[in-house]
Amino acid sequence: MPELRTYRTQVHNDWCPGCGDFGIVNAIQMTLLEMQLEPHRVALFSGIGCSGKTPHFINAYGFHTLHGRVLPIATGAALANPGLTVVAVGGDGDGLGIGAGHFVNTGRRNVDFTYVLYDNQVYGLTKGQASPTLPKGIKTKSMPTPSIVEGVNPIAMAVASGYTFVARSYALDVRHLKQILRAAIEHKGSAFVDVLQTCPTYNDINTKEWYSGDDLPTKAPRLYKLEETGFDGRVKDPTKAEEVNAKKGSALLKSFEWGDKIPVGIFFKTEFPTYMDQLAERMPVLKDKPFVEQDVYQRDVAPLFEELT
Amino acid sequence: MIGGPQGSGINSVAENFAKGCMRGGLHVFANIEYHSNIKGEHSYYRLRIEEKEPRSHVDWVDLLVALDKETLFGDLNKVHPTHQGHRHEVSPGGGIIYDSSLKLQPESFGRDDIKLFPLPYLDLLIEGLKEFGKERELSKYQVMVNTIALGASLGLVDYNFDLAAAAIREGFTGRKAALGDMNVSAAKHGYDYAQKTFGPDALSVKLRTQRLSGQRMMIRGVQAVGIAKLKAGCGFQTYYPITPATDESEYLESHQKDYNMIVVQTEDEIAAINMATGAAHAGLRSSTSTSGPGFSLMSEGLGWAGITEAPGPVIILYQRAGPATGLPTRTEQADLRFVLHAAHGEFPRMVIAPGDSVETYYDTFDAFNYADRYQVPVIVMVDKFIASTYRDVPVINGDGMKVDRGNMLRDEDVAKLTDYRRYQLNELGISPRAIPGQKGGIFWTTGDEHDEYGHITEAAEVRVKMMRKRMRKIELAGEVIPDAKKATIHGPKTAPVTLIGWGSTKGAILDAMDDLRAEGTEANFLQIRYVNPFPEKLVYNVLSTARHKIMIENNYSAQMAGIIREKTGIAVDNKIVKFDGRPFSQNEVVEGIGDILKNGMKEVTVSHA
Repeated sequence: MPELRTYRTQVHNDWCPGCGDFGIVNAIQMTLLEMQLEPHRVALFSGIGCSGKTPHFINAYGFHTLHGRVLPIATGAALANPGLTVVAVGGDGDGLGIGAGHFVNTGRRNVDFTYVLYDNQVYGLTKGQASPTLPKGIKTKSMPTPSIVEGVNPIAMAVASGYTFVARSYALDVRHLKQILRAAIEHKGSAFVDVLQTCPTYNDINTKEWYSGDDLPTKAPRLYKLEETGFDGRVKDPTKAEEVNAKKGSALLKSFEWGDKIPVGIFFKTEFPTYMDQLAERMPVLKDKPFVEQDVYQRDVAPLFEELT
Repeated sequence: MIGGPQGSGINSVAENFAKGCMRGGLHVFANIEYHSNIKGEHSYYRLRIEEKEPRSHVDWVDLLVALDKETLFGDLNKVHPTHQGHRHEVSPGGGIIYDSSLKLQPESFGRDDIKLFPLPYLDLLIEGLKEFGKERELSKYQVMVNTIALGASLGLVDYNFDLAAAAIREGFTGRKAALGDMNVSAAKHGYDYAQKTFGPDALSVKLRTQRLSGQRMMIRGVQAVGIAKLKAGCGFQTYYPITPATDESEYLESHQKDYNMIVVQTEDEIAAINMATGAAHAGLRSSTSTSGPGFSLMSEGLGWAGITEAPGPVIILYQRAGPATGLPTRTEQADLRFVLHAAHGEFPRMVIAPGDSVETYYDTFDAFNYADRYQVPVIVMVDKFIASTYRDVPVINGDGMKVDRGNMLRDEDVAKLTDYRRYQLNELGISPRAIPGQKGGIFWTTGDEHDEYGHITEAAEVRVKMMRKRMRKIELAGEVIPDAKKATIHGPKTAPVTLIGWGSTKGAILDAMDDLRAEGTEANFLQIRYVNPFPEKLVYNVLSTARHKIMIENNYSAQMAGIIREKTGIAVDNKIVKFDGRPFSQNEVVEGIGDILKNGMKEVTVSHA
């Protein structure tokens, strides 16, 4: 029986003390344990940056890829072997800056995997520059001047790009994050989880205290759970375009809430055929087992030459 | 040669003509030149048909079929003219088929040594359509004048009509079968008109069927690559649309159902190479195909495949004229140095450059074995000229080609392991490979320098060991792969003149050697096929004793000559280069050599366009 330590490695962790990344790694390990997924059936993929080191701390097949390219590489592996549980992770700069084109097009494909965005509004490993999710007008610790460009909205981008599961959680609420990660991994299709995260070293604005609402007159936490307000982003009948569009619309509206109140939870979820489902319609042998387990090395190409005679 | 505006269907006409000839035992070499444009710009298809196998084209035309006026006179009336047409390329005694409704005066051709065959294209088409009651839909079927012209050219060379008719019919199956009949009828009207009007001896060039042993096929490079990939068990292909690589991916996707292969159109070439590398790491043979602009984007991913010792992907690089967009539909060999050095840092990669479509087939197949065996990315450089040129060759018998997946661990072996190291250091540099999903085979991989487990390290000692391990693999490949695969000496072992080339110049050089011999110049030809690992010893041995070394390349700076010098210390004596985006013709090679041997030129640039 797997235990929590089954999913741990002995690799020295060099993240800054208090980094939100610890919460995410713990939540991933706890989710894998809760789901009783054997480590060798799991493949983790990461981009570059502090978050990129994640796979090295988790005992599962681990791919530490290139800056911004985690999604194409994870897609290739997930299509080659759909039997694997594939989880891709990366920072907001990785996914929405240098990798933005892949982020959008990955959503369109609906490959069955989970993408976890470490969203702390700064580039950590290069020492605190503004990342794509930093709102306009904000200046974090190591920035010389405030940002004069708009921040992107990862939830809205994900909904618009076609991710079939779009949710948000918080790195320091490991219980909630674990629930969301489990729902994301269990979801059949491309699942996107935006994880709000503190960077104690470089983001001196969106701190743990800020998320707790310590600066607000009410002292009420900024984060609130969508499901507790009666919001339900789940599509009941995916064949009804009207319902799908209405749910997407509500998710978009919700996604722009930011400031004193920030929603977390599932914004949108629907069941659409995955990329692999559609390939299997074309190539029924894929329904039995993935190509990686099939003998594709005895193909008879004589008819192809015959076509040319 | 048949020329006309793009969209006028010259491809199908020329290919049907070629197929009809091949089935009559003749040999064909068929290549198209076209613009980066969908409709309207001038394009032309060159068909060389002979009793003896041609391996290149020539710059003269025995029979020119003009579907429009521009094919004859060019576009000199435009504000920015680009060419002067093809009438001057017709050889003395040759002929031109053109539309009589153009009402051209014979003197306007400026030639009194050629024969003119004006044909009432539209009248003949209307007659043909009448048989099917479609004469009122003339505009819908107007494109069929190309078939009228095809028929007329068959009539003038007095070739067997039925062979071409069968080829035409095959292009129209199922619901389109009626169209096949209409096209055959149109061709027959052209054929009969030409024979009746101009007589059987109007043209001195005749085509006669001949008997050939063995079945032959007409294949071009993109098909050779596609079939090789299927044969090699490639299960995953990625691509981003780009000329001329897309044809191959479309070929694969159209056969996907029968051969079970995933073909993914990605958002860009960055995704294309990385997705393919992801699939390769996951255990599936994978590949991607592109041309220069796409390969530029792939550089980053190539480096990751290199340092993570991915078993592939196999990358097919169709070389077209650069830089940037360059001449997007034209051929060139200017990516050699780029391919050898693409991506920062040092890592092993294999680079193979086949010289024709048959070599392309075998080299592509081998590339997958190398990718698995040496756990490296493998690049096969296929010149655009090879990609899109049809040749007739004996049907390939795949016997003797075996899939070798290298040092892959079986499930039962991995399960026994307690301390698996994906990047285990050993003498050969090749570590036993597990794939995700295997119990006991968990590994990490990273584009950072790493230890044997695949975890990040910055330790100097490990860095040195890992660099040596990776670079050792390309040395090993060099030792294991026989020289016979890496380079070929065509012709006599020693000769007064040694020609050197690589890639698609092979055909023109071989054909030119026949001409040189007839003129009394004996030459041999060193064809370099493996660029990395490079056959240093073989090339050194050949060139250190060669008396007169002439390099022939389809680029500006003779890049391979530089690589030969780097690897062997030997400088070639002369260079013949061509960088106008067009392939070398047989006669251009002969002329270039003549300029060197007879006129004493050191470096020659040819450009017949």
